Amino acid sequence: MSEPLERRAIISGAAQSEIGRRLYRTGIDLTIEASLRAIDDAGLTVADIDGISTYPGSGGPFGGCSGAELHDALRFSLNWRDGALETSGQLGAVHKAVLAVAAGLAKHVLVFRTVVEGSGGPMRVGGGGGGGMGGMPPAFQYLIPYGVTSAANWISCYARRHMHDYGTTREQLGAIAINARTNAASNPQAIYTDPMTMDDYLDVRMVSDPFCLYDCDVPCDGSTVVIVSHRDHAPDVPRGAVHVNAMGTALRGRPSWDQFDDLTTMAMRDSAASMWERTELTAADVDTAQLYDGFSWLTMAWIEALGFCEKGEGGPFVEGGARIAPDGELPLNTWGGQLSGGRLHGFGFLHEGVMQLRGTANLQVPDCEVAAVGAGGGPESGCLLLTRGAS
Amino acid sequence: MSIDPENPPPRFISPSPESEFYWRSGADGKLRIQRCGGCRRWIHPAGPVCPYCHSRDLAPEPVAGTGTIATFTVNRKEWIPGFEPPYVFALVELDEDPTIRISTNIVGCEIDEVAIDLRVEVEFEHNGDWFVPLFHPMVHATGDD
Repeated sequence: MSEPLERRAIISGAAQSEIGRRLYRTGIDLTIEASLRAIDDAGLTVADIDGISTYPGSGGPFGGCSGAELHDALRFSLNWRDGALETSGQLGAVHKAVLAVAAGLAKHVLVFRTVVEGSGGPMRVGGGGGGGMGGMPPAFQYLIPYGVTSAANWISCYARRHMHDYGTTREQLGAIAINARTNAASNPQAIYTDPMTMDDYLDVRMVSDPFCLYDCDVPCDGSTVVIVSHRDHAPDVPRGAVHVNAMGTALRGRPSWDQFDDLTTMAMRDSAASMWERTELTAADVDTAQLYDGFSWLTMAWIEALGFCEKGEGGPFVEGGARIAPDGELPLNTWGGQLSGGRLHGFGFLHEGVMQLRGTANLQVPDCEVAAVGAGGGPESGCLLLTRGAS
Repeated sequence: MSIDPENPPPRFISPSPESEFYWRSGADGKLRIQRCGGCRRWIHPAGPVCPYCHSRDLAPEPVAGTGTIATFTVNRKEWIPGFEPPYVFALVELDEDPTIRISTNIVGCEIDEVAIDLRVEVEFEHNGDWFVPLFHPMVHATGDD
């Protein structure tokens, strides 16, 4: 295959702001903190940054900070900028930054996702002065009337069908939650670090059956920033360049929470397939997987979609937790995931993938050379294959 | 079941121009789904153009209102004030075309009777201007009722 364009890009810097349950700091405040750290981490100055890319931009009901806010706050001079909700999931912001750098539109793009959901509270319908569905897209008119306003409701339906068709158990979902909690103990920024047993998991209250409280990620406040640069900059990266080997962006099924063609997987089926179409590497080459766990079952769906096991075998794959532990064959969500580390909306996985490839993670996987990062649930999905060295 | 058709929860019905018929259809007791006059495929959610043959000859047509539960969840958390848990949210595949998947609440039975592959049929909750499609377990036609 001719060289995929994304190989011209590297991640030169990565950093996070303070992360917490209720920081009562504004989104722009957190974003500036993470941005200045990441720019320094990349060996750059504010004047070097000539692009901004963010998810979801100023649109949508759950943005934490817009690109324009950051642009103006630090008086960037930009050659390229983007921020939007309709893209390849949260990592779509990275995908677009990579393309901008590869195309020569910008040299160093600051990519961020900021959340203030710990202080701000969850998205609600029916509140406020307007009432009704607020800014929800038209397709949600078929969901909201039935009392299901949360992704917990929509995704639990897929989890139940997976259980029905493949025999997946609550204990197998629990193995993902417990792995995350165990790993979070090594992350000083994690929200939940107290040990969790399987009994704890099975006994906690149900939210949307089959999901219990511990199948759902924990809202938090925090900002994650990565700097995407051209690979020409790699020799000057102080802490080691992380190379982009391939990115997965596809959505070949319907862009819908309730009308997707297969009720036992989601859009990650398509984004994962499109990623493997762009690389000589295979699932067997991956040293660590950082896979979205907005809900525990999503991680299982990502494991299957990326081919770490056969379709439907995700339950037995994670059962007992040994295979996905830091010393297992597929170290998974080593920072604690969103289930315990905090709902940084995809970018926590990206940050951890970068740290693992640099060899500076809190819970370091030995000789980590290839990391798979996948983010999103429902129709939101995108992934990245990152490597320590150039391909 | 906690959904009482006599005292319905807030539904926040908010149709688009193409879907208004869907939320009024139950006035005569029939569920209607948009159908293409060109290729005769069923279309849901309703749209302005047939996604298969691009015909604009589209109209709602009655369906039997029977189907099968493809999957469901038992919601146990209050998300909307006045919409009291627990209640069942389900995706029902219609008999006319199982790719037509209707989102709904299951009523008329105990929560632990709800299961994937359960046969269900439509009923309507009259709620303000709207007739909200709900589904209950199908009663077997034994001839003695």
